[in-house]
Amino acid sequence: MRLLTHNMLASNVRGATTGYPLKLEAAKWVTKEVELNADFLRGLLPKIDWRALVAATRALGLPELLPEEQPPEEEIFAEGAANVEGSAIRRIHHALLEIHVQEGSLVCPDTSRCFPIDKGIPNMMLHEDEV
Amino acid sequence: MPRPEFQAPPDVFYNESEARKYTTSSRIIEIQSRISERALELLALPNDGVPKLLLDIGCGSGLSGETLTEHGHQWIGYDISKSMLDVALERETEGDLLLADMGQGLGLRPGVIDGAISISAVQWLCNADKSSHDPRLRLKAFFGSLYRCLAKGARAVLQFYADNVKQSEMIVTFAMRAGFAGGVVVDWPHSSKAKKSYLVLTCGPPLISTSLPKGKGENGEMCSDDDDDSSDEDGEKTVGIYERNRSKKRQKTKKNGKGKDWLLKKKEQMRRRGHDVPADTKYTGRKRKTYF
Ligand SMILES: C[S@@+](CC[C@H](N)C(=O)[O-])C[C@H]1O[C@@H](n2cnc3c(N)ncnc32)[C@H](O)[C@@H]1O
Repeated sequence: MRLLTHNMLASNVRGATTGYPLKLEAAKWVTKEVELNADFLRGLLPKIDWRALVAATRALGLPELLPEEQPPEEEIFAEGAANVEGSAIRRIHHALLEIHVQEGSLVCPDTSRCFPIDKGIPNMMLHEDEV
Repeated sequence: MPRPEFQAPPDVFYNESEARKYTTSSRIIEIQSRISERALELLALPNDGVPKLLLDIGCGSGLSGETLTEHGHQWIGYDISKSMLDVALERETEGDLLLADMGQGLGLRPGVIDGAISISAVQWLCNADKSSHDPRLRLKAFFGSLYRCLAKGARAVLQFYADNVKQSEMIVTFAMRAGFAGGVVVDWPHSSKAKKSYLVLTCGPPLISTSLPKGKGENGEMCSDDDDDSSDEDGEKTVGIYERNRSKKRQKTKKNGKGKDWLLKKKEQMRRRGHDVPADTKYTGRKRKTYF
């Protein structure tokens, strides 16, 4: 699971109100390089919950990767920014698409129900009495 | 062989050996990717080359998702079978995978997804595999959550195999109740083997441009001459909101109207779909004089 997906997920266990952001407790993660696509990120960014993304990177032990506040779009998508090592867009791309959480868990903020992540796959199945 | 839905629950049916069989059969691979291509076409994403964030619901071993990847999109796959997902891992599919039951709802934030496909999976929701399962509640949870997670104007294309007209109607009804506009597109309606039904749904109020696309082969290419006037409702065809696959001949109403039986059946059908329908009386469907 990449942080892109984590950012979209909500728990729908009975008793949850919004069910997000799910608290990420990651024991193990790997990175895999993928090509940066600025147009994709431009469409995606307005839908990203920035605080949840920052919290997720911190949970992975990467406190420096993203700033507390989202940089302005003009800066992120500035001409040529994608080619600059360490630029905001490169960091955002890395955070959302290159980090794969392998083992750990997702915790529902409302109910504390814990969803385990096994081999990169979160188990979101609910028990019958949780639906 | 009966359809898999009648043999066992999906997480049991798609066990390790079935999952492997599923992905080593070149015939299955070809069929699934052809359906996925068509679903993506029906999704009608803007033709701007910009990758989108999509869902593949009932992604299985990732055959359908691979089509999305080939077109450059990012996707999140849902499946209830761990064995199928294990094969997807082995095949190193690009999408993120979730072990989840779509009948429990998709569990996503509202308005964040650009589109969704589902290939050969939704019909599973019509089964009650556990005593606690009520197909109607599960369809409601599924379509409700699908509607909420999609961005306004986004589409979902769900290819499914309905066992009968009732099932197909039930699926369509719950999609409409969730707020979707759209209907069923039937490709190759005249071929029992090639025939495929796609529920094409648009999120939010229908735009002028959201008219339903045409099914393939509906003008009778590959048509076997099995058309007869009697199979209005209970024939082989999938009944959608739009019955585009009817032959010209059948679209004509009979001279003396459709008759009382037809009307009663229609009313019952509308009731089942949750519409307010006047009670049947001795006046229902009687002949009316023509006045000028
Ligand atoms: C015929 S396979 C198709 C897999 C894939 N879409 C493809 O085209 O190769 C149907 C899949 O739907 C999954 N499925 C059935 N019921 C489901 C449910 N309630 N929630 C999630 N997935 C389900 C099954 O586990 C199976 O992997």
